Amino acid sequence: MKQIKRSEFLGAAAESLAPDEEKNKKAAVSPFANKEMPRFDAKSMTGLTQYTGHFGTAQLAHLLRRTMFGFTQADLNYFNGMTLDQVVAALLTHAPTPAPPLNAYNNSNYTDPLVPLGQTWVNTAYGDGTGNSLRRKSLKNWWVGLMLNQDRSITEKMTLFWHNHFATQMASIGDARYCYVHHLLLRANALGNFKTLARAVTTDPGMLVYLNGDTNTAGAPNENYGREFQELFTVGKGPNSLYTQADVEAAAHVLTGWKDDRTTITSSFNPAKHDTSDKVFSAFYNNTVITGQTGVNGALETDQFVDMVFAQVETAKYLCRCLYRYFIYYTIDSQVEANIITPLADIAVQNNYDIVPILSALFKSEHFFDVNNVGCHIKNPIDHLIGVSRQFNIAFPNASNIANQYKGWAIIANLLINLTMDPGDPPNVAGWPAYYQEPQYHELWINSVTLPFRNQYTDILSSANGLNTAGINLKMDLIAFTQQFSNPEDPNQLIADAAALLSPNDLGVDQTAFIKTILLSGQTADHYWSDAWIQYINTPSNQTYLNTVLTRLRSMYTYILDLAEYQLI
Amino acid sequence: MKRRTFFKRALPIATVPFLVNGFQMKAFGRGSIFEKLLQSATQTDRVLVIVQLTGGNDGLNTVIPLDQYSALSTSRANILIPDNLVLPLNGTTLTGLHPSMTGMQNLYNNQQVAIVQGVSYPNPNFSHFTATDIWLTASDSNQVLPTGWVGRFLDQEYAGYPLGFPNTQYPDPLALQIGSVVSTALQGPAVNMGIAISNLSNFYQLTTGNYNSAPNNPAGHELSFLRETSLQTNQYSNSIQTAAAAQATNLSTKYPTAGTNSLADQLAIVARLIGGGLQTKIYMVSLGSFDTHSAQVDGTAGNESGTHADLLQKFSDAVAAFQDDITLMQQQDRVIGMTFSEFGRRIISNSSLGTDHGTAEPVFLFGSQVKGGLIGTNPVIPANATVNDNIAMQQDFRSVYASVLKNWFCVPDDVLMASMLQTFPLIDMLNATCTTGVSNVEGEQNNSLRNYPNPANSSTIIEFETTGGNIQMKLYDEVGHEVETIVEGTYAPGTYQTELDTHNMAKGVYFYTLKQGEQSTTKRMLVM
Repeated sequence: MKQIKRSEFLGAAAESLAPDEEKNKKAAVSPFANKEMPRFDAKSMTGLTQYTGHFGTAQLAHLLRRTMFGFTQADLNYFNGMTLDQVVAALLTHAPTPAPPLNAYNNSNYTDPLVPLGQTWVNTAYGDGTGNSLRRKSLKNWWVGLMLNQDRSITEKMTLFWHNHFATQMASIGDARYCYVHHLLLRANALGNFKTLARAVTTDPGMLVYLNGDTNTAGAPNENYGREFQELFTVGKGPNSLYTQADVEAAAHVLTGWKDDRTTITSSFNPAKHDTSDKVFSAFYNNTVITGQTGVNGALETDQFVDMVFAQVETAKYLCRCLYRYFIYYTIDSQVEANIITPLADIAVQNNYDIVPILSALFKSEHFFDVNNVGCHIKNPIDHLIGVSRQFNIAFPNASNIANQYKGWAIIANLLINLTMDPGDPPNVAGWPAYYQEPQYHELWINSVTLPFRNQYTDILSSANGLNTAGINLKMDLIAFTQQFSNPEDPNQLIADAAALLSPNDLGVDQTAFIKTILLSGQTADHYWSDAWIQYINTPSNQTYLNTVLTRLRSMYTYILDLAEYQLI
Repeated sequence: MKRRTFFKRALPIATVPFLVNGFQMKAFGRGSIFEKLLQSATQTDRVLVIVQLTGGNDGLNTVIPLDQYSALSTSRANILIPDNLVLPLNGTTLTGLHPSMTGMQNLYNNQQVAIVQGVSYPNPNFSHFTATDIWLTASDSNQVLPTGWVGRFLDQEYAGYPLGFPNTQYPDPLALQIGSVVSTALQGPAVNMGIAISNLSNFYQLTTGNYNSAPNNPAGHELSFLRETSLQTNQYSNSIQTAAAAQATNLSTKYPTAGTNSLADQLAIVARLIGGGLQTKIYMVSLGSFDTHSAQVDGTAGNESGTHADLLQKFSDAVAAFQDDITLMQQQDRVIGMTFSEFGRRIISNSSLGTDHGTAEPVFLFGSQVKGGLIGTNPVIPANATVNDNIAMQQDFRSVYASVLKNWFCVPDDVLMASMLQTFPLIDMLNATCTTGVSNVEGEQNNSLRNYPNPANSSTIIEFETTGGNIQMKLYDEVGHEVETIVEGTYAPGTYQTELDTHNMAKGVYFYTLKQGEQSTTKRMLVM
């Protein structure tokens, strides 16, 4: 086995291999999983040059798959006819700030003494522990609701991106109000400025609690935030990110003195707890010395520290690699590093870390629309479960009954936990391993536990009775879903339209043929389906006609949703 | 198992043409799946349970060096465990356990726990993720390895996995992760060698078949991965369900109430599968939240209580229940457990009643075959420790791994090297030995005993040299059980052949041993 030194890893992986070695490697690599970052014959050589090829339904669908959690036929229809520039501009428009989460949790066992049912809890006192944990759950359910009801905007996907990037765990932060303030910060800056956000996160009360910034004092420095800020939030662990343990300690000293306030849910700076000595950084930071400041000026050191870190091009590159793995694919080889990461990092620096120009360049690029980058991204659980709920327009309880509305969202939130993605509580401060753990990355979402769950959930949601939990019924209207297609009576067209919506990849001749046998119940002539559908359309009140088409549609959609193809975007 | 028929005739070689090395072997070539199978050497039914304590366990408050107590009182006064509450261990007054760990204390005093002190590696890393990767992949500090140490070991033992797996000889998962995420430790060169299960009742039949081959691009790569996962999940879920049904309940009454101790819940699953006869060699379980930067102890109720105390209690109770369970199932002699955490914690505590990331830690081994006791000495705590002081390394963690592979799984040196990638000193920590009937398997270059063709599909010729006298040749299966006596009798000096009919033999690895007086020679053969 070829062993690679940690410090050389990305660089070594990026080197192109001699032809013989390349060939040997290919032979050794198993066809279906990663020994190392996968390499392919069909290789993308494209860069950030603006895509000028055909922008049709397939390209639009690819763009929507990667920027929203599930898109619908209605979304396709809405954007149909717009130019790539227009669609990207629309998607990169921030959605309006939502109304805050509510008390939907009062029940026979517990009544929040401070907040009436249907009112928000975010501005009230802490209350008690039981109420606080119910509020956290309310926040999570509310968030799921926002994702289910997202606009035609990337806002939700970027909010989750930042949550994965500046990962915190609500269970660890504790106070639901802190969690909400933290969440709002990510949401408000979802399409804002990375540097602004990173500075704000540094003294965000929730983050202070989460990474012990609140107990980081001159007398007892705590390295936790100083380390993770560099390793996970900014300069990262790339081959040229050569910060040292001394830099971690210096950062911890810079950041001494911040304190959260449990009443106002804000943070403040306490000069008495600040280390006023000079902080000396390594050669990686050009031997920068942040001069120790006394009094309230001590807080300015934090700004200087953020300035110093963001002056490193590694910070821009690290962000771009994270965005690439989140939106495109996980393999970053020398081509991608040279053609995408480096120029995208230049754009980030030129725009002083504004996010929209970075995303805009990425989504309009030839590389984004390269056929080798289509349909290769394994859905995260939100892509999968919230995506399927949106694509099939599953009706959730509405705001006329707040308790039921939140219960409906809670069903999805709970299923997401089983799929190993609990938004609000990632496994740790690095976020979800699917976005950082070599060599499998996105494949880590899929294993012998989670893949059966995914199939089980779509099977239940597409079943005749749907999913029934806590008095809430979630099910698909498969007739309505079918009627939105161009010509449902033609089985070939119906399958093609459904596949275009549900699979990013061609289903292939054999699989398409098999799906048709499901729709035709084993009959060989197309007219059996056409006749059945026309019969139903002409007399929709006839239960037999309805049942005839519904049974076949249900079998077909259930099957498609269980396919490997449905796990991809 | 069907009784097999063998030809038991041994003919002098003189009249028979000689096939050098057997063309079959050559045809398959070096590095092929067949050659790797022939090298498979683990002939045991032994099991290793790996317990990951995620977050970095504070070893100094777990295995407490009482002879360093005065220095500890200076460096970590706010989290110090009162010395009168430290649990004593038989045979030493210098070292004790955290007051929560009565279960482990009891096992220790029954010689069922070994504590390896000061386990780390040169230039330890303080990052959770890097340090975890180092422990899981058994890499050097400055090295990135794409495979896990267990994955490499299993890849040696079960060449070609997952192609052709499961099969009749290996119907069960090679490694099982209890949970939803498969550990990097189980990552093999081609695929992850582990299967995840979250419970023993929820299995789901997945869709397979009817698709066209996937294109050679990223989408095709992921499609193939997804399809293969479906296929394997269906196959392995059957064998797991069979084992769970065979051991329908846990036998120990010591398990905490389900849902209150996640490690105990996981180990209860492991015990049932072991008891139910699953052939899986490696189980991985974990307990999280050891990253005690703050509130490690409850400053009000006393330093012997708090987050860390609760975690150690869970750990200790879970292991005690598991040991009781597998003992009641009479499986205790084939199971050992091993703990690890990505690092220990800093010597000096911080002002939040917690500790920051540190270096060396104690590793626990448990089981009836463990050589109970302390391995190594107490860490030395400086009188006035600073934030930069850490616990010195006594053992490289890879010595612990290597010792398990060598002395528990009895791997030959080439497999050990392929698994650990370097040579590490072995630690004497197990009572178990590797003296089965088929140890010391000879390499292919030894021509005094050999068979061809190898692999055999219907029959094979076994050829042996003798200096004359009474000889006996026996056939053993992969786990060392005797299958048959092939040759027995008095022979004149010379080279002889006997033909072995392999028609009805199960596919897999076999060993044949020739005994002449005190001398014994063993070779491997593969039946396809």
